[in-house]
Amino acid sequence: MATQIPFDQAHVPEGTGDQTRPRLWLEVLHEWVTTVDHKKIGMMYIGYALFFLVVAGFEALLMRIQLAVPNNSFVSPEVFNGLFTMHGTTMVFFVGMPILFGFGNYLIPLMIGARDMAFPRLNAFSFWISAFGGILLYYSYIGGSGLYGAGSAPDVGWFAYAPLTAKVFSPGHSTDYWTLSLLLTGIGTIGTALNIVATIISMRCPGMKMSRLPLLPWLYLVTSGLTFVAVGPLTAAQIMLMLDRYLGSHFFDTQAGGSAVLWMHFFWIFGHPEVYILVLPAFAFANEIIPVFSRKAIFGYPAMVAASVGIGFVSLSVWAHHMFTVGLGAAENTFFVLATMAISVPTGIKIFNWLATLWGGKIQFTSSMMFAIAFLFQFLIAGLTGIMLSVAPFDWQLGNSYFVVAHFHYVLVGAILFMLFSAFYYWYPKMTGRMLSEKLGKWHFWLFLIGFHLTFDFMHVPGLLGMPRRIYTYEADRGWMIWNMIVSSGAVVQAVATLLFVYNMIWSYFKGPVAGPDPWDAWTLEWATPSPPPSYNFAETPEVSSRRPLWDLKHPDDPDGDYEIGPSHRQRAKQKEETA
Amino acid sequence: MSDVAVAPSGADMAWNPPARGIVGMVCLILAEASIFIIFIVAYIFYIGKSLNGPTPKDVLSLPIFTSICLLSSSLTVHAAVSALRRGQQRLCSLWLAATVLLGGIFLAGTAHEWYDLIYNHGLTIGTNLFGTTFYSLVGLHASHVVVGLIMLTLALWFSLRGQMRHHHSEKLEVLSLYWHFVDAVWVVVFLVVYVLGR
Repeated sequence: MATQIPFDQAHVPEGTGDQTRPRLWLEVLHEWVTTVDHKKIGMMYIGYALFFLVVAGFEALLMRIQLAVPNNSFVSPEVFNGLFTMHGTTMVFFVGMPILFGFGNYLIPLMIGARDMAFPRLNAFSFWISAFGGILLYYSYIGGSGLYGAGSAPDVGWFAYAPLTAKVFSPGHSTDYWTLSLLLTGIGTIGTALNIVATIISMRCPGMKMSRLPLLPWLYLVTSGLTFVAVGPLTAAQIMLMLDRYLGSHFFDTQAGGSAVLWMHFFWIFGHPEVYILVLPAFAFANEIIPVFSRKAIFGYPAMVAASVGIGFVSLSVWAHHMFTVGLGAAENTFFVLATMAISVPTGIKIFNWLATLWGGKIQFTSSMMFAIAFLFQFLIAGLTGIMLSVAPFDWQLGNSYFVVAHFHYVLVGAILFMLFSAFYYWYPKMTGRMLSEKLGKWHFWLFLIGFHLTFDFMHVPGLLGMPRRIYTYEADRGWMIWNMIVSSGAVVQAVATLLFVYNMIWSYFKGPVAGPDPWDAWTLEWATPSPPPSYNFAETPEVSSRRPLWDLKHPDDPDGDYEIGPSHRQRAKQKEETA
Repeated sequence: MSDVAVAPSGADMAWNPPARGIVGMVCLILAEASIFIIFIVAYIFYIGKSLNGPTPKDVLSLPIFTSICLLSSSLTVHAAVSALRRGQQRLCSLWLAATVLLGGIFLAGTAHEWYDLIYNHGLTIGTNLFGTTFYSLVGLHASHVVVGLIMLTLALWFSLRGQMRHHHSEKLEVLSLYWHFVDAVWVVVFLVVYVLGR
């Protein structure tokens, strides 16, 4: 099927050697709990995130059932408040971040030809403290109200505006569970981001200059840099909130002269870069997957790197577009409108480069590629509604309405989740050694696409008709019913498609066709290892001389290095011969 | 996978990527700096907004001696690293001990200042916005001093037992980077709290 890369027979994958006795499950468990291997930690991150994806998806379903018809009493208002808070918090901190860090953990050392991350034990620590944070958040369902009564989950919304979070308005401990779990996860996030940067800078194999680094590690570098400057403010704000709630300080206490708007600033200084922390890894997947299935090298590598770094910087100065309705004043509004519009320029460059990569390519419509192409279209639409909302007067009209909800779900689901599915179809063979079923994959794609568009295209309409977000029900004469019905039915279709995907992953693990080391005839170093890779990754440290080392290996007559700026290695070799 | 080595061209140039410890510490400093910036912004934002006393003018005095101690400890820790690089272990221990001593004096100064504020002036974290922002910002810095002192004391312990050798100098340098950061933050905190805020 693909070019076979010769690999040393002495280094067959583990477990196929002289092990006769099947291992006890306790031994397997012990191995996973104590592991510092970046591949195992990466897979634990992914598994943990998939679990929470199902949990938070279930919460979304409950909300959609409640909103499907007017005057519904499927859940109470209190439960509804808990549901949207937990859905948002879980999806951002316990699905989005861990799944992206999981892929990063797994792929980055393989792609740069390293044996492991720079700090393997810090890596394990970061994972376990993040995992503990997620469990702590969900423990609030049991212990949330502490001694005051029965348990309850946090219900202050995922951005937890002051002064609602003050002790007077949120008695009990439910808000503390929210604060503490984000604080802990923040520590894990900074640890992993630090690890990723140190790995990419210091662990590259010989010859892999920054100009030859694959685009996935490049974008993870930008994401990690953003993580430092974004998660820091969140951590600081959470410490302040804890001091307010426990030691009686007055940061956000308006009674003592404190400012509620200050919390909004601090939260969104984290919150908006966070969107780019989540979307840049999705871009990173697209940068690897689209060229391989177009059978062309990526178009405009330097422009892609520059655009990503540009997005990183500009994303730090757009946070207050979440706060237009506060009334910041004309000068501030103008600045944030312009900054927000400016960020669409580097983003547009990226879309242009992906299209140019597809142009004239020999496109292979695998499930992975189909999700990637849907990502391109949907990300464009999400960006367009983003530009609409960046205009302050338009935002005054539609702020806090379902139009906003539809916009950011278009980014989070239509762009990020679609690209994540694409990444699963692409790298699952590397992680497990088995291909995912293409037939089920196509069903998954079409069902999910239909469900997605039913839900999130039509969700814009009730927003335009004035339906505010976070309401638990509405009256029948508002004219919102038919739209909500369509939105809810789309959610059910998406749930079915996701179940199909989960089934595909389980079925293919046992019954899928054997993948071999390089099923896609790809060009980056991870495909030079057996599938799944042995714990040491590479028996010998690889050496590279271009951006696509496996292309060079498969086409020695036409290596990529010949097209690099500066003397190619062939010319250098020639010079060497002449001097010798 | 023995011949993934794709082309020999990379071999003829030296391959020395930066040390991972230094890169990791720079990243940590970046993340810590963003936490401090938020606390400093909150302090500046709330200057003069307290609804009741005491105000900074009434109760704060310039901690000049302890500040000099903390800042000079940056020099001594640098001297310790250079001594270890040259292989002078005993000198390294001496400079480390001086660093721990100077850091300890600073911490004692902060403790004395807080005792005075709490018992003589009645200023606590809940008194007013000044108390809230002062104790959280200075306290955040002091907690970083405590962490640094614990690690420096550990390094001193290893050094005294003769277990710190020349090849550990890079690790000691990583620790010294953290200590320089803690000192640099103090310069900003000093200017904001004791100069600008008074």
